[in-house]
Amino acid sequence: MVQDRKSLVAWVQAAPMMLIFAAFFLLPLLFVTIVSAWDYNEYEMIPAFSLRGYTDTFEGCIADLPDLCTILKTYVKTLKLCLLTWSLTLLIGFTVAYFLAFHVRSKTWQIVLTLLCTIPFWTSNVIRMIAWIPLLGRNGLVNKGLVGLGVIERPVEWLLYSEFSVVLALVHLFTFFMVVPIFNSLIRIDKRLIEAAHDAGASGWQTLVNVVIPLAKPGIVIGSIFVVTIVMGDFVTIGVMGGQQIASAGKIIESRLNALQFPAAAANAVILLGITILIIVALTRIVNIRKEL
Amino acid sequence: MGEKRPRSFYVLAAVFALYVLFLYGPMIAIYILSFQGPDGGLTFPMNGVSLVWFSKVFAGTGIVDIGAAFKRSLQLGLVVMVLTVVISVSAGLAFRKSFRGASFLFYVAIASLIMPSIITSLGIALEFRLLDDFINKSGVEGWTTAMGLYTSGLGAHLTWTLPFGLLIMFAIFNRFDGRLEEAARDLGATRWQTFRHVVLPIILPSVVGIGLFGFTLSWDELARSSQAIGSVNTLPLELQGLTTTVTKPDIYALGTLTSAVSFLVIFLALVVILVLQARQRRHGSDAGKGMV
Repeated sequence: MVQDRKSLVAWVQAAPMMLIFAAFFLLPLLFVTIVSAWDYNEYEMIPAFSLRGYTDTFEGCIADLPDLCTILKTYVKTLKLCLLTWSLTLLIGFTVAYFLAFHVRSKTWQIVLTLLCTIPFWTSNVIRMIAWIPLLGRNGLVNKGLVGLGVIERPVEWLLYSEFSVVLALVHLFTFFMVVPIFNSLIRIDKRLIEAAHDAGASGWQTLVNVVIPLAKPGIVIGSIFVVTIVMGDFVTIGVMGGQQIASAGKIIESRLNALQFPAAAANAVILLGITILIIVALTRIVNIRKEL
Repeated sequence: MGEKRPRSFYVLAAVFALYVLFLYGPMIAIYILSFQGPDGGLTFPMNGVSLVWFSKVFAGTGIVDIGAAFKRSLQLGLVVMVLTVVISVSAGLAFRKSFRGASFLFYVAIASLIMPSIITSLGIALEFRLLDDFINKSGVEGWTTAMGLYTSGLGAHLTWTLPFGLLIMFAIFNRFDGRLEEAARDLGATRWQTFRHVVLPIILPSVVGIGLFGFTLSWDELARSSQAIGSVNTLPLELQGLTTTVTKPDIYALGTLTSAVSFLVIFLALVVILVLQARQRRHGSDAGKGMV
């Protein structure tokens, strides 16, 4: 009886969150799936079963072989951006987290430095993107500096509105998502394990590879899931930093939406979701998160 | 303590310093450039120092009704903040007891957090479009749309802020000593009194943290709002629109103002957290000590 009352209270307490997620997350996902199999014309969706959203998306994929069709090219490009961003954020994120967890000894400094890394996360992403313009633009600081030093003769164009600037901005914006979970894993490592490795004659590098990295795996995987899902679905950073010229999986959905082709947008969303889930499953295979938590 | 630092410390410290420079350098550049003189351009050098671009933003010339977008984002941010705090704390309390569907709710929250924003945004847009169609078909006269800042827009923001709130609550209660509540109950406190006088004061600094996340994430939210906000735009959406047509430093001035709001909120939240923690140390210094 007491137990029943207790779980009733818990239900009531959890209900608002459940309702919000049901109304604004689960139900919308259901609609995306349903509408992806609807028919459409130039200006509206028609609630009748049709796989046009999918067939239009893959149009010409077989005819164009061995060349890649637009959608496949776009996905290859998105995956490439994703891979580049992932490896850079992992490298930088791990190094920063390692420094914070193992080299900063006082608790206060740890909090101050972690906060220093977190504050940009609480400020606007768009502004953090715009912020690269005075540095990377044609007359930006980098070009002026390089010309001044005589490294290049005239300003280079590929610094801004290019794949370079997209990856730079993505790393700039999202390394935070690697730092936090990896730091969280590293801080839980029993320091005696590292002493033991040292006493057993392991070099610093051997300790890192054989002790620290395996123990940091849960954090690495969680951080990777964050970065991969953000980059796979990104259309804002790629849009702004790519000068609206670079196609990506997220941008396809956006442009279909702007053309009011909802079923086509939904079909692309389902495809994107499928691929993202596959990547997450592959990542979680590397480490059993539930066991490690 | 006091032992000599290894060489790797200095290498890693240098990397860390470079990372911090990488994080803040570009932002600081636009804060400086927003004080560009009237004839100055988008890049260095500074062509004099002035407040011209700020006054342009306030006057609204050149930039579409930015004041209104500013106000809308501020109000929406505050509503999202309050709802995120209340709903997350409430759900956090629920997770301390076991209830059916607890792990389902947890996984839904995580899924909502890592779902590519464009998909969530598209889904909400479709949901409201279908709802509008349905209402129109059932013969309501003059119905336009249910989509809006405080319906679809608010929902979109909550799918982003609530998972953070819930995760922070988990972090709080992982360290929470449940015996404090038992003690309160044993002394005859009701459920509400236990929460109000025992649990809440202890978790309050972290709850302020949830509020900080709630406001700042909403204030800067862009991807999820993009399709789900209806006819009016929030500030980040206006800013994004401006990036394609930017020719004058007024966009930097706007960026500086937007960041100033973020920094002000972060600063206030941190001060409140520090004050609360100091108060806990003063007043609650012996709480729980006799039990350990």
